[in-house]
Amino acid sequence: MSQQVTRGAVDKSIDGTVKYLDDRLSTSGFIKRNIKKVFPDHWSFMLGEIALYSFIILLLSGVYLTFFYKPSLVEIVYDGSYLPLKGIKMSEAYASTLEISFDVRGGLLMRQVHHWGALLFVAAITVHLLRVFFTGAFRKPRELNWVIGVGLLVLAILEGFAGYSLPDDLLSGTGLRIASGIALAIPVVGTYVSFLVFGGEFPGLDFIPRLYTIHVLLVPGIMLALITAHLMMVWYQKHTQYPGPGRTNENVVGYPLMPVYMAKAGGFFFIVFGFLVLVSGLVTINPIWKYGPYMPDQVTAGSQPDWYIGWLDGGTRIMPNWEITVPGMFTLSPNILIPAVVVPGIMFTLLALYPWIEQWITGDKRIHHILERPRNNPNRTALGVMSLVFYGFLWISGGNDIIAQMLNLSINDMTRVIRVLIFITPPIAFIITKRICLSLQHKDRERLLHGDPTGRLLRLPNGEFIEVHEPLSDEVKAILLARTELPMLTPPAEVDANGVKTPNLWVKKLQHRLNRWWYVDQVPMPTAAELTAAKAHTLHELEDAQERGIEIAKDLPSPTKSH
Amino acid sequence: MAKRSGTVGFSKYRKHPAALSVILFLGLIVTSGVYTLGANAANEYARSSVDAAAIMNDPASIDAGKRLFATGCATCHGLNAQGNSDGPTLIGVGAASVHFQVSSGRMPMASPGAQVMRKKPQYTEEQTLQLAAYVASLSPGPEIPTAAQLNWAGADLAEGAELFRANCAQCHSFSGRGGALTEGKYAPSLMIATPQQIYEAMITGPQAMPIFNDQTLNLEEKHGIIAYIEYLKDSPNPGGFELGRYGPVTEGLFLWTIGMGALLMVAIWIGVKAK
Ligand code: HEC
Ligand code: HEC
Ligand code: HEM
Repeated sequence: MSQQVTRGAVDKSIDGTVKYLDDRLSTSGFIKRNIKKVFPDHWSFMLGEIALYSFIILLLSGVYLTFFYKPSLVEIVYDGSYLPLKGIKMSEAYASTLEISFDVRGGLLMRQVHHWGALLFVAAITVHLLRVFFTGAFRKPRELNWVIGVGLLVLAILEGFAGYSLPDDLLSGTGLRIASGIALAIPVVGTYVSFLVFGGEFPGLDFIPRLYTIHVLLVPGIMLALITAHLMMVWYQKHTQYPGPGRTNENVVGYPLMPVYMAKAGGFFFIVFGFLVLVSGLVTINPIWKYGPYMPDQVTAGSQPDWYIGWLDGGTRIMPNWEITVPGMFTLSPNILIPAVVVPGIMFTLLALYPWIEQWITGDKRIHHILERPRNNPNRTALGVMSLVFYGFLWISGGNDIIAQMLNLSINDMTRVIRVLIFITPPIAFIITKRICLSLQHKDRERLLHGDPTGRLLRLPNGEFIEVHEPLSDEVKAILLARTELPMLTPPAEVDANGVKTPNLWVKKLQHRLNRWWYVDQVPMPTAAELTAAKAHTLHELEDAQERGIEIAKDLPSPTKSH
Repeated sequence: MAKRSGTVGFSKYRKHPAALSVILFLGLIVTSGVYTLGANAANEYARSSVDAAAIMNDPASIDAGKRLFATGCATCHGLNAQGNSDGPTLIGVGAASVHFQVSSGRMPMASPGAQVMRKKPQYTEEQTLQLAAYVASLSPGPEIPTAAQLNWAGADLAEGAELFRANCAQCHSFSGRGGALTEGKYAPSLMIATPQQIYEAMITGPQAMPIFNDQTLNLEEKHGIIAYIEYLKDSPNPGGFELGRYGPVTEGLFLWTIGMGALLMVAIWIGVKAK
């Protein structure tokens, strides 16, 4: 492995390539600048890569599928090679997907690559998002890229749902029926929306062709543009790095793009690709031939969406069945509207706006290139865990029938219990997480002041026992010292210097109160004076003990060995 | 689904408040690997070679059945099968119902729960038929299917599949591996029911299951359904392991545990290697 370098260092090994291109394209300035750009290194920075690679794999496998798939709801009689469906009436869309599965060379493998790839894609985006969230990578100047990321997540979910609906099998149709129900539940305009989207009464003949254009052209196009923007911003703003020795807000410590990072990224692409193909070759996904063609009068037990829609389905499953009818006017359906429109709307809005919400509370307008350890921002970490718990219960509810069946539980009991737990456990999760973060902060403070206990006990002549502490390594010290404290906001003045009442005073008061709450129980960092005093003390104690104490466990390090 | 019978004793815990938190753990563990095991469990209730018609027509069977009934069933169903507070009347349920209930081990009922569960049968095929003959002698009802009625060879598989999806899948699921109903009830997996039990279930409609008499599904259609269920029992799986045929839920769990797990491990490994 080549050595770590800091930005600006030159790696001679690639000058030849640059020259070759420059002789032809005169781009040397651009290439030279960028090819040697330094990227920091950490496994968690590869999560976004998994998402990127699965997207590429989706594009490739998807294009193959378009060669054979027919986006048409025209009814035909199946005459392919899958016996248990021979002679059955079905749409061309479903028949062509059967054909891909059974009569096209490599078709089933491609379908499975495409579908496993879709599940992996959204999962990778999610994990990547969690990494960015819990390390504070979304802070200034990267707020806009966070919003692009949330946009990509929403599009990926929509894209997945559109794809899931294309084969027009029983699950597709059941999903679309629910989608049409959600459209219908929108107050006042619901019926129009549903008619507009489906081109008439559900299911109609127009919907699959429309969905197809959306799935293969519109959404992938937008996503491609957004992904490009996303990556260019990472490039331009530079990647964040974890705290460590020699790492500052002004530098980037890592490897140059060429050849180290490219080799690693390229290798990882093939690992993801290979792994997906392996899984797709071994494990069935969406066996549409078993579900059968969509018939409006059929439904199967265990009708479920893919995992990334599961939480929305779960919301509708545990929602009480409230309906309000205004006689002669219309029916309001909060039973659908709240879990399928209102709750996800709020969740995605909060998610997208989170960088600004946090900034508003903390008053932190600084530029951040060093990541924050989750414990060092207990409220954020706790909010994240709390949201995950909430999401988790929605998710579990989405599979409640399968869970009930496998574990011999009653669905009704599950629903009743989850309806309660989903409200009381998130705040508990918040409190517990925050406490854990704060006690980790305490521990860090202790380590900075007293070093690490070595397990070596000494008895002093006066009979006192002491445990020898070892000073921290530079590496650890740099990480622990990276936490910065912000001053709390000053309380807003009721009137300004000219005696004019402050406008929106209550907003400022709220901000101030939240700011206090955010920081009030933060464990203070040791001051510089405290650190020097502590260092002197540790050293002294060690020498002293060495001189006078009687070793009763293990041998001592010589005091000079301390770093 | 031998699993079901194994969980009889478990049933009293399932409404326990802690049960839900157990889901999280068990759900992950269970799904990580064992699906495929139960799906195609061998048919432990192979059709015996007993000559059913002969036993049913033998008048001595009725007496033998009555004696068996008095010792094994009368506590709940009454001495004359008239029913009491512990069990319904069996007058008119027919021989098919008795054969279905006893051959699938549901009767004699072991423990009260949301639903009487399938378990190992307590009576031999011969005794079962004697019980059936006795109950049928009290009042006529759906009869045990004849060999001809059970001869489903040559049935239309595609039509049977279609009928299965239209009539059975909403409870037993598209793959016949069963599904949850309300209040802890469930439609069981069909993977170990014998063709005779499938036929009898259709004509007697046990518990929450509707009755599919000859007007709803004629003999040919019943044969189609039986043919399709038998096909599902050992159908080829062209796509590879089927994760228990539970559909998207287990697919999602597989992806998050094994799929993401493996890729995260690789990412961490590359990260460590770089150092
Ligand atoms: C512990 C009590 C108990 C015992 C013992 C018992 N049963 Fe039952 N049986 C029940 C109950 C309760 C039901 C109703 C269950 C239900 O609703 O599915 C029932 C239902 C039945 C049915 C279905 C009735 C219908 O409507 O189709 C049959 C047949 C039957 N029992 C036969 C028997 C036979 C034969 C025996 C003896 C081998 C027996 N039972 C022993 C309690 C019992
Ligand atoms: C409304 C839901 C429902 C529908 C529809 C339904 N069943 Fe059932 N089925 C059940 C329930 C509930 C049981 C369990 C009864 C019991 O344990 O006594 C059952 C039991 C069975 C069993 C016995 C399984 C065993 O291993 O003991 C068979 C076989 C069966 N059903 C076949 C069918 C077929 C074939 C169809 C379609 C023609 C069908 N069912 C439709 C609910 C349903
Ligand atoms: C970018 C993210 C994408 C996601 C999340 C996604 C997801 C899906 C899903 C879940 C299915 C259902 C597949 C199945 O049932 O087996 C599907 C089907 C399909 N997708 Fe995509 N897809 C994506 C991109 C693309 C692209 C770029 C194309 C083509 C250019 C494409 C073409 C198709 C076609 C033709 C089908 C239907 C055929 C089939 O069901 O096998 N997809 N997609």
